[in-house]
Amino acid sequence: MVTRTAPSHLTARERARRTARGGASRSVPAPLLAPALIAVAFLVLPLAGLLIRAPWGHLRAALSGSDATQALVLSLWTATVTTGISLVIGVPLAWVLARSSFPGQRLLRALVTLPLVLPPVVGGVALLLAFSRVGFVGRYLDDWFGLTIPFTPLAVVMAETFVAMPFLIITVEGALRSADQGFEEAAATLGAKRMTVFRRVTVPLVAPSLGAGAVLCWARALGEFGATITFAGSFPGQTETMPIAVYYALETDPNTAIALSLVLLLVSVMVLVSLRDRWLRGGSLQ
Amino acid sequence: MTHEGSDGLVVDAEVRRGSFTLAVSLAAAPGQVLGVLGPNGAGKSTLLSAVAGLTPVSAGRIMLAGQVMDDADAGTFVEASGRPVGFVFQNYRLFPHLTVAENVAFSPRARGLGKRAARSAASHWIDRLRLTDLADRKPGQLSGGQAQRVALARALAGQPTLLLLDEPLSALDAGTRLDVQAELKRHLAEFTGPCLLVTHDPLEALVLADQLIVLEGGRIVQDGTPAHIARRPATDYVAKLVGLNLYAGHADGSQVALTGGGAFVVPDQGQHGDVLIAVRPSAVVVSNQRPQRSSARNTWPAKIAGLTLLADRVRLDLDGQPSALVDVTPAAVAELSLEAGSQVWLTVKATELEVYNHDHIRTG
Repeated sequence: MVTRTAPSHLTARERARRTARGGASRSVPAPLLAPALIAVAFLVLPLAGLLIRAPWGHLRAALSGSDATQALVLSLWTATVTTGISLVIGVPLAWVLARSSFPGQRLLRALVTLPLVLPPVVGGVALLLAFSRVGFVGRYLDDWFGLTIPFTPLAVVMAETFVAMPFLIITVEGALRSADQGFEEAAATLGAKRMTVFRRVTVPLVAPSLGAGAVLCWARALGEFGATITFAGSFPGQTETMPIAVYYALETDPNTAIALSLVLLLVSVMVLVSLRDRWLRGGSLQ
Repeated sequence: MTHEGSDGLVVDAEVRRGSFTLAVSLAAAPGQVLGVLGPNGAGKSTLLSAVAGLTPVSAGRIMLAGQVMDDADAGTFVEASGRPVGFVFQNYRLFPHLTVAENVAFSPRARGLGKRAARSAASHWIDRLRLTDLADRKPGQLSGGQAQRVALARALAGQPTLLLLDEPLSALDAGTRLDVQAELKRHLAEFTGPCLLVTHDPLEALVLADQLIVLEGGRIVQDGTPAHIARRPATDYVAKLVGLNLYAGHADGSQVALTGGGAFVVPDQGQHGDVLIAVRPSAVVVSNQRPQRSSARNTWPAKIAGLTLLADRVRLDLDGQPSALVDVTPAAVAELSLEAGSQVWLTVKATELEVYNHDHIRTG
């Protein structure tokens, strides 16, 4: 036996929508609506709190403190250098993972992806064990070159690279895998050697993904906290990056902490805008 | 077949890919356009790929202008980038991030010329293929016919010894195809090296190629001039392509017993043994009654299985001993009240039957 529901009322607007675009009802069932609203509130309320509590009147004063400026400058240049290093060494690794085949390739891919899921503080501990003055690599750097890495800006860059480079690598590797290799074959028949093909065909073809991966890598480096504070510490002007400065300022000077947070929020929004074509179109491949 | 010392292209090789094996032996002389005709999956693209150096051969060798390109026994292999080959791909594969001028200059540049020298080498081909006005466009802004010319210019700009064309016209719509085909024929005539042209379009092969080979299932089933192949197809596939009825049979003088049932009387040229008989669909006459007084000696009953309207005639698909495709005028269909299931009589004159031996397949 078929149960029939009573006729419901269709507003003129809804009627027009369904006529124009087709499709059935788009009303959300209550059991889905309530949790969805809670999720929205959970994500939006803290950000709203940041905006409400912001010392809008004296932002400039809060940010012009020498510590804040130093942290901002340090964060910007280390994140940029990290991105540069990641491009120089990460893109070739992405190519190796995508295009060549050798024993242990799957293991290598797993290792490369590990920092994505590893707690950053563990990364920091690992870096410390390897590169500290008594670390198994750092010992020789110290003995032979007098080079001490931990608690220097170089350590900041290394910690950020360790955490952020995998974002670039997996983005570019995916693009290389899905790229049409017919163009590379065409380049070969036109007399281009492997390196020329890479430079003049492969890289330009994956340029959009290269850009997206670089932005992602830069944003991740800018926000890096755990590995940096563990491996590089928090010396103002030397290794105290924005997130670390925010963390310490919160205890002593909340206004500065909020102002710095606003700057990071602004940067994040800009990153999102720059990636909008890739990510905000509901999973379409563009 | 040996072609030692030939200055053209000589392929005598096998390429194995999984369960598929391409085994061919062919030669193309300088200035000759060798058409490779075959259905999808026959191995046409594999052949081009092997000649271009994108796929190594599994056995045998490939020679170009007296130089070994690939020799499975000796282990010699010239990489694709080192072969003097110009390849026009099926969908052209123009680099989307480069302009037309940069696409055409790609090969001179990759082969070692400086930026300026490469540009001037490219401009020669850009002018020659009437691309001057399009030089600054990106491939995405070109029509199919324009993209085809760019692909040809790009391939020729590397000054190849050998030209490979993979279905060069298949990406075009019917309207532009004839124009582009005529222009392509001119450019092929000016090219001094051998040219391998792969296609599954018989018209393209007949118009553009000097010599044809037909590939089926990785083997060459027929070769010869286009005219020869169009008149005397060796397989059902080729017969269908060129629009002929093809029958295999056993001849004993003027009597031929057909393998699929039925018999034909043919002009007696003293043939004995296995023969092929090709019949044009328009050479068969359809009538409602058994013809009483006819000089034609081949008459048999058949039943209409289907009718298809072609441009100005109707093609009948007839079941009988033997079955046949027959073309009649739409007026005849009306006059004779032809419809699916109708019983009719077919008549064909002995002189309309093209009778030839299997053995003559690989000549011409």
